[in-house]
Amino acid sequence: MLQIFLGAISLGLLWAIVTIGVYITYRILDIADLTVEGSIVMGAAIAASAITRGINPYAAVGMAFVGGLLAGLITGLLHTKLKIPPLLSGILTMIALYSINLRIMGKANISLLRMHTTYSTFEKLGINHNGSVIIVGIIFVGCIIGVLYWFFGTEIGCAIRATGDNPQMVRAQGINTNTTIILGLMISNGLVAIAGALIAQSQSFADVQMGIGSIVIGLASVIIGEVLFGKRNFFSRLMSLVLGAITYRIIIALVLKLGMPANDLKLFTAITVAIALALPVFRSYLKPIKKSMKKVD
Amino acid sequence: MLVIKKITKIFNPRTINEKVALHDVSFTLEEGDFVTLIGGNGSGKSTLLNCVAGVYPVDNGDIFIDDINVTNLCEHKRAALLGRVFQNPIMGTAANMGIEENLALAYRRGQRRSLTWGITNKEREHYKEILSTLELGLENRLGTKVGLLSGGQRQALTLIMATLKKPKLLLLDEHTAALDPKTAQKVLEISDRIIQEENLTTLMVTHNMKDAIKHGNRLMMMYEGKVILDIKGEEKQKLTVEDLLVRFGNVSGEEFTNDRALLG
Repeated sequence: MLQIFLGAISLGLLWAIVTIGVYITYRILDIADLTVEGSIVMGAAIAASAITRGINPYAAVGMAFVGGLLAGLITGLLHTKLKIPPLLSGILTMIALYSINLRIMGKANISLLRMHTTYSTFEKLGINHNGSVIIVGIIFVGCIIGVLYWFFGTEIGCAIRATGDNPQMVRAQGINTNTTIILGLMISNGLVAIAGALIAQSQSFADVQMGIGSIVIGLASVIIGEVLFGKRNFFSRLMSLVLGAITYRIIIALVLKLGMPANDLKLFTAITVAIALALPVFRSYLKPIKKSMKKVD
Repeated sequence: MLVIKKITKIFNPRTINEKVALHDVSFTLEEGDFVTLIGGNGSGKSTLLNCVAGVYPVDNGDIFIDDINVTNLCEHKRAALLGRVFQNPIMGTAANMGIEENLALAYRRGQRRSLTWGITNKEREHYKEILSTLELGLENRLGTKVGLLSGGQRQALTLIMATLKKPKLLLLDEHTAALDPKTAQKVLEISDRIIQEENLTTLMVTHNMKDAIKHGNRLMMMYEGKVILDIKGEEKQKLTVEDLLVRFGNVSGEEFTNDRALLG
């Protein structure tokens, strides 16, 4: 049981990076960016092919980051320069990335078994796999949160936050909203690609299909985090994303333990997200009922 | 300060919905001019403002602000020269960001954004000072999300933001139209005070004749995409609503029948 728990935490920490990426587009930029489904695989594909060629695993993660930045750039250009709606821009890049990822890997999947990965450093010290993933996860998540906390407090970061809030006002303040949208999408997908690279190394393979449903998992984690852990200031919001991602993994682990077939997992996730997104609507339905009940009292 | 040379703007050209919003409009604003721009619905006054601000490109003609030809400059680049307040109080501010964050964005209008901190402590003192002149108590709520403010408060804040960095030209687009009469009056008073203190060149669109007459040193009236009246100086000081209606009738050959303008 403890191992299941630790496994969920380690996986949750890696998915926390995806969650932060999804948060940047979905909450800060107010764009549902489906590029994520492709850029997570791209990160995995780049890291896996780099590692099998003997490149340092940390350098491989860096290369994955650059790949993710480029994926975000493409979506951003499609949306801002070619005026394609954001949802469709993301879908186009996602589909294009499927072919590109196959080209990067040269085949549908790459095994990383017995390769030197980012986790090997700690595994050599005698820490088991889950422990090593947790350590690496905490280091990466900590650095990313630190950098983002700083970045979104800077002039450029403030401009990106304002763009999702009110682009008209942002332009009136002399800021090019095309640039801020592209920057936001790049950072988001860069982070997702880092997550992809780390996830591939922790599960010891990269697969061209591994991105399916990742946007939904990211959204689920964002929402769980907001509902359970609040959203007072930016730092607590970032922390809530991490806790949300871990909670999601623990829920999934428990549900599987209770006997739900693994094949139903995506259905379960989709239903959870749909319910969570519909909560405000449910509440507005309940309000009149509650009021009338009070009157009866 | 602002030179408009024969600008024309046609929406949906060559379709059955073709609408000539601006027809060969030309005028010049001197430095320190406070122009009230009045006209009925669809007369082109908001289109004119949006063309000056760069929201719409013009089909013909040139626009100069402070001797710079801005005709082909995109909206965010022109913003360096302009302060803008919109009709809808929601338009001028970022609702999910704090009062100070909104001010900080405006304080850097026209500057290249860098990776230095978005707000400094020194600025905060400056913001407090300026906000206290509004007498709305906003100076003690710097961190409050703007979305929690009332329409009037947001409009007053947008005014401060538009003038925090002195603009070459201040554009007010019916900025009191969405407010209740008392709040509208208060926001107009604040606008008047800021414009006078900073000696700002201003173009204020309004649909309210009384406001148009009471404020500013020059009044322009638009009708069917043209400026049909341009009253300045002493003539403007003496102007009454009745005068304006008669003169409108003489120029346009129609009776002024916009209830909103008359009753407002």
